[in-house]
Amino acid sequence: MRITVTVDGTAYTDEVEPRTLLVHYLRERLGKVGTVVGCDTSNCGACTVHLDGHSVKSCSVLAVQADGCEITTIEGLSRDGQLHPVQQAFHDNHALQCGFCTPGMIMQAIDLLADDADPDEETVRNGLEGNLCRCTGYQNIVRAVRDAASRMEPGSGPEAEQVAEQTSVAGGSRAEVRQS
Amino acid sequence: MTATVEPEVGRARLRKEDARLITGRTRWTDNISLPGMLHVAVLRSPMAHARISNIDVSAAKEASGVLAVVTGADLADEQGSLPCAWPITEDMKAPPAPALAVDTVNFAGEAVAVVVARSAAEAHDALEAIDIDYEDLPVVLDMNEAIADGADLVHPDLGSNASATWIFDSAEAGSGGDVEQAIAASDVVVERTFRQQRLIPAFMEPRSVVVDPTGEQITMWSATQIPHILRWMTSAVTGVPETKIRVIAPDVGGGFGGKLQITPEEIVTFLLARRLGRPVKWTESRSESMVSAHHGRDQIQKLTLAATQDGTIKGLKVELLADMGAYLRLVTPGVPILGAFMYNAIYKMDAYKFVCTNVFTNKTPTDAYRGAGRPEATYAIERMMDELAAELSMDPMELRRKNWIKHEEFPFNTVAGLTYDSGNYEAATAKAMEDFGYDALRAEQAERRERGDAVQLGIGISTYTEMCGLAPSRVLGALSYGAGGWEHAAIRMLPTGKVEVITGTSPHGQGHETVWSQIVADKLGVPFDDVEVLHGDTQSSHKGMDSYGSRSLAVGGTALVLAADKVIDKARTIAAHMMECSVDDIEFSGGSMKVRGTDTSTDIQSIALQAHVAHDLPDGVEPSLDSEATFDPENFSFPHGTHLCATEVDTETGQVRIRSYVCVDDVGKVVNPMIVEGQVHGGLVQGIAQALFEGAVHDESGTLTTGTLADYLVPSAADMPSFTTGHTETLATSNPLGVKGVGEAGTIASTPAVVNAIVDAVRHRGVNDVEMPCTPMRVWQAIQGGSQAAAGPGGTESGGGLGSLDASQGGAR
Ligand code: FES
Ligand code: FES
Repeated sequence: MRITVTVDGTAYTDEVEPRTLLVHYLRERLGKVGTVVGCDTSNCGACTVHLDGHSVKSCSVLAVQADGCEITTIEGLSRDGQLHPVQQAFHDNHALQCGFCTPGMIMQAIDLLADDADPDEETVRNGLEGNLCRCTGYQNIVRAVRDAASRMEPGSGPEAEQVAEQTSVAGGSRAEVRQS
Repeated sequence: MTATVEPEVGRARLRKEDARLITGRTRWTDNISLPGMLHVAVLRSPMAHARISNIDVSAAKEASGVLAVVTGADLADEQGSLPCAWPITEDMKAPPAPALAVDTVNFAGEAVAVVVARSAAEAHDALEAIDIDYEDLPVVLDMNEAIADGADLVHPDLGSNASATWIFDSAEAGSGGDVEQAIAASDVVVERTFRQQRLIPAFMEPRSVVVDPTGEQITMWSATQIPHILRWMTSAVTGVPETKIRVIAPDVGGGFGGKLQITPEEIVTFLLARRLGRPVKWTESRSESMVSAHHGRDQIQKLTLAATQDGTIKGLKVELLADMGAYLRLVTPGVPILGAFMYNAIYKMDAYKFVCTNVFTNKTPTDAYRGAGRPEATYAIERMMDELAAELSMDPMELRRKNWIKHEEFPFNTVAGLTYDSGNYEAATAKAMEDFGYDALRAEQAERRERGDAVQLGIGISTYTEMCGLAPSRVLGALSYGAGGWEHAAIRMLPTGKVEVITGTSPHGQGHETVWSQIVADKLGVPFDDVEVLHGDTQSSHKGMDSYGSRSLAVGGTALVLAADKVIDKARTIAAHMMECSVDDIEFSGGSMKVRGTDTSTDIQSIALQAHVAHDLPDGVEPSLDSEATFDPENFSFPHGTHLCATEVDTETGQVRIRSYVCVDDVGKVVNPMIVEGQVHGGLVQGIAQALFEGAVHDESGTLTTGTLADYLVPSAADMPSFTTGHTETLATSNPLGVKGVGEAGTIASTPAVVNAIVDAVRHRGVNDVEMPCTPMRVWQAIQGGSQAAAGPGGTESGGGLGSLDASQGGAR
C-alpha cells in the first residue's frame, strides 16, 4: 500500500506491506533508528513518537495508519542545534544512564507537559507509567520533567514542538546539579 | 595553559555520553546495517525437556528470501560447547552446551534451528514452516525433588542433578571455629528457610549481534558487557584465531549482569556469517529475551543463626540449593559462591559454615544478575538479624550495633576469610537514622498498633556490605575461576595536547566516558573536555576484562591512575631537558611542570608536542609520552551502608506502600556524586522490585508464564517512591583513588530492607516471613494465617515457588 507521511519535517511516499509496524517503517525504511524497540507487547514505551502532535507507541500503530500524518521522533526535536527543553532537562538532571528508554521517555514527557504544564510528582509518575526504564529508578526522570516544565513557556506542546532558550549539551560545561 | 580550577574528582559533572543519547544519534547494535546484510531468526523449543526425533526444514528452505536453514545437527561439527569459565570444584558435573540443540532440548526457549533470510520478516515467516517432532522427557523443576533419590535427570549422562557441592568451613579455613559447637553453646538458635525467587535481568535493550566476515578480521558487534571476554571465548569455541576476531560493543542499553554472557546466538551468528560470507544480524524480541537470556537468583536458603541471650552472635550456618537451570553458562556455578563470603556480612562471629549444592533443572540457565550471589546473602542475613531481634525482643538496630565491626577495628579479618580494609558502620547508620526519623517512626508504629489501625507501619533495616571491585586475580585463581581480575588502561598524548584514554572496561550506562575524563583531567591537569575515552572495541581497546561486579572504577580507574603516573614520569624527563634542570627539580601540578624555586615552567601539552616532534629529546628517551598500565587489585573493596524503609501495610487488603526510604551509602571516594546517586536510585528500584513485584514463574510443564513485560512486572515510575540518599566517605585503602564501587549497592541493600519492613508491620499478627515477591495476596494470606500461609501455594502468582519451607520450625529452642 502507498502511504505519504511527514517525518521530522521531511515528506516521504512509500509502498509498505499492510502488516508493517510504524516503528519498523521508521527504523528500516527511513533510517530513523533513534526510535527503538524494547518489547513486543506494547509495554515498554521505548518506541514512543508523536503522531499529529500526540504520543503513540509506534510499535502499536501500523505504518498504513499513519498515512497522511505528521510524525515527530526524537531525531526531530532539536532545531538548529538547539535542544528541546525536555532533552536539555534530561541531560541537566541525569535522567538517563544507558539511554535506551530515553527517546521514548522524552517523547512521552513532552506529551505529558502539553496536558499539564506544571505537573506534580504524582502526575509525572502516572503520566510516564507506560514507559519502562531499568537503569535510573525514575527519580531523576521525574525531576527532569518537572524541571523542563518550569523552563517551558506556558502552552508550548507537541503541536508546536517548540524550543526555548538553552545551552548546547556538548561539553557539559554547566557542571553542578542539585544533590540531595 | 592553565589547569582546571576546581578538582574534577568529586564534582557532579554532567555526562559526555548524553549528547548522542538524548538526540537519538545512537549506535545500538540493532541500528547497524551493512550492505548485503542478512537476518537471522531463531526457532526455540516449546518443550522444557524432550528428544528431537525429527526436524523437517524443507518447506522453510523454499520460502521467499531464505538463504539458509540450519539445525543443531548441521552445526554439530563446528559449534563446540558454550564456555563455562568457573568450574567450582574438581568433580563438578557439567553437560555439553551446544549453541543449537542437537538431539535433546533441556529448557523451553532453547534454540533448535535458525533461518537466515534477506529480511528479518522473511526469516521469521519461514520459522513457521519448520516442522519438529519432539518426544517428551520427564521435566525436572523443583530443586528439592531434583536431588532426591531416584529423581528424573536433566542430563542422564551425568548421573545426577547435583552439579557440585561447594563448602566453606571457618574451622577448616582457620578463620573461625566449628559452627556446630558454636550452635550447641548458644542460648538462642533461629532457623529459617528463604526462597530467593528467580529473576530476569530485563535490560531495556534487547540483545543483538551483527557479524561481518568480509574484512580481514571477522568483526562482531554485540550488545554485550564483555567484548574482550567475548573475543577470547569466541576464539576458544570456534577455533578461529583470536587475531582474526574483532569484537565491538557499541552503545549498549543496560546489562545488569544479563549481558555478561557468551550467548548461543553470538556463536551461531558468527558461524553463519563465516559460512555464508555475508554480514548477518540477529536481534531478539523481548519475548525471546525473557525466555532465553539467562535468569538470576533462584536459591533455597536455609540459615541457622546462633546467639547468646544478650544478642551476641556465635555462629552461622548456611545451606543453599542454587538452581543452575539446564546448562552452566559463563559463570553460572560461581554466582552462589560469590555469596559465600558475604553471609557473615558486617558482623563478628566465632564460627561460620557455608554449603551450597548447585542443581540442574529444566529451566533457563541462571547466571549473573546485579549483585550476583551477594544480594542473596545480604537478604538472608539481614532477614535473620530481624528474626533474631524479634526472638530476643531487642530493637533490630540495637542487635546489629552489638555485633557489627566497630570503625576502630579495621582492617578486620572476617570469619569468612576476607579482610575488610575500611568502613564506618556507626557513621552511616547515625546519619541514616537521623534522616529517616527512626525514633519518631517507631513511636508512630507503637501508636498505630495500640490503636489497631487497619494500616500498620513497619520499619525495615538493612545494614549491608558487599565485596566488589572484582577481583584479585590470585583469589579468582584460588576459586578456580578461568580468568584474572586485573584491568588495563592506556593514555595517548596527542600532538595537539588532547588526550585519548583507552580503557578495558566496557560501560553500558555507567558513565565511564565522563568519570574517566574527570580522573585523567585531574591527574594530568588537562581540561575535562580535552579527554576522549575509547572503549568497547577490541581493536582500539585491545586489552581488558570488561564491566561487571562493580569493578570498573576500583580496578579500571586505578589502572588509569597508574597509566597517568607513567605519562607524568616520562614528561618530567623531557621537561627537565627542555628547561635545562635536573629531573629532581621538577614540580608537577595542575598540568604544569615547574623548576622548583623559579618561575620557569612548561605545560604538559607542550611537552607532548615536544615528544611528538622529537627534534630535541634527551639521549635514550623515546619520542612518546604514551603509557599504559595493568592493575591487579590486592583485595576486594567493601562498600557498605545503612538502608531504612518504612512501609504501610493495609491489613485488610495486603497492599504495601513504601512511605519513606532513606539510605546512606559509603562507597569510598565519590568521583561524580551525580552519577553515584543515579546508580543508587537504579539499584534501589531493582532491589525493591525483587521484594515487591518480580518473579519468573514456570508452570508444571516448564513453560515460563512470565515471558513478556506484561507478565513480568518490571516497575514503572508510578510504582516507585522517591528516595532520600546520602553518603559517608570512608576511603578504601586498597586503591589510590580510595574508591569502592557503587553499581550493585542499591540492589543488594534494598530487598531485605523492604521485606523486613513488611514483616515488621505485621509481626504482631503472628507473621515472621512473607515470601518474595510480597504481593498483596501473599501479605494478606500471611496476616490471615501467619507465616505458613504466606509461604503457601501461591504458585499461580508471579514469583510463586516453594515457599519458606520450614518457617514454622524456626524460633528459639
Ligand atoms: S517497543 Fe515496547 S512499547 Fe513499543
Ligand atoms: S536509562 Fe537505561 S533503560 Fe532507562
